[in-house]
Amino acid sequence: MKLKYILPLVCLTTAAFAAPQTFDFKDPKGVNNAVFKLDAPLESVNGSASGISGTVSFDPENPAATTGKIVVASESMTVPNPMQKEHLHSANWLDVAKYPEITFEAKSLANVKTEGDVTTADVTGIFSLHGVSKEITAPVKFTYLKDKLSARVPKMNGDLLVIRANFEINREDFDIQKGQYEDKVSPTIQLSLSIAGACAK
Amino acid sequence: MKKILRLLAVLVLVAAGATWLATGANHGWTKTSVMVKTLDPVTGIDGISYEKKFLPGVDFLGAAVLAAGVLAGVSLFVNNNKHKQTTN
Repeated sequence: MKLKYILPLVCLTTAAFAAPQTFDFKDPKGVNNAVFKLDAPLESVNGSASGISGTVSFDPENPAATTGKIVVASESMTVPNPMQKEHLHSANWLDVAKYPEITFEAKSLANVKTEGDVTTADVTGIFSLHGVSKEITAPVKFTYLKDKLSARVPKMNGDLLVIRANFEINREDFDIQKGQYEDKVSPTIQLSLSIAGACAK
Repeated sequence: MKKILRLLAVLVLVAAGATWLATGANHGWTKTSVMVKTLDPVTGIDGISYEKKFLPGVDFLGAAVLAAGVLAGVSLFVNNNKHKQTTN
């Protein structure tokens, strides 16, 4: 008789703990960033984007089931040279007025390895830039920081999920100055994503 | 007038060169801000912000050389008629 009541309770409890958590990547601290680098003859073009949002569903018990979407506001991309920034935002390059968002939607994870709070994997998803969407695979590192939200945001309890990814794309695959200026700006864009999401309890 | 223009050309070159050297002799393009990284102790992420700072680059030097060249060039076409006497 006792088991009749205890079992559903255990199942519910287990389900509650095993359920994936949804992490929000709109960072109130403004630390989240995506860094980009393009090689060029005189000096590489280095810049960053800070307008990051999106959500990721992550289950610490089953990281392989991770899905989600990260959005970068194109307008937030900046470089230290004002003329380069103007060119970057212009219709000839990123056309931020027409394509205000750069997105990556994770579909599946492969080669998942978890050690303590750190999970590494190869994530496959749809990368959308300049109105073109392509499937890409990139190495990614998740760091699950249980109960660490209060350390960043006082009076808020919850968990943090840090995502780091370094990968390369070819601007020509996304119709950005295809076949143009290859001697001035490399077609390869190196991207480095460092973001933290919060899941309040 | 000739001398003034040539002196100005030299001044432009010297001032630009001194500014370029004093700000760290940046071999890249001119920047109006510099990237500053700040470590977030909880997540370990390097937060990126931009600090306003003028960092002249090789394009700044090029513009100075061009400006000095224009001044020196103009000086070639200016008549120094200070000592010219009108004869009648």
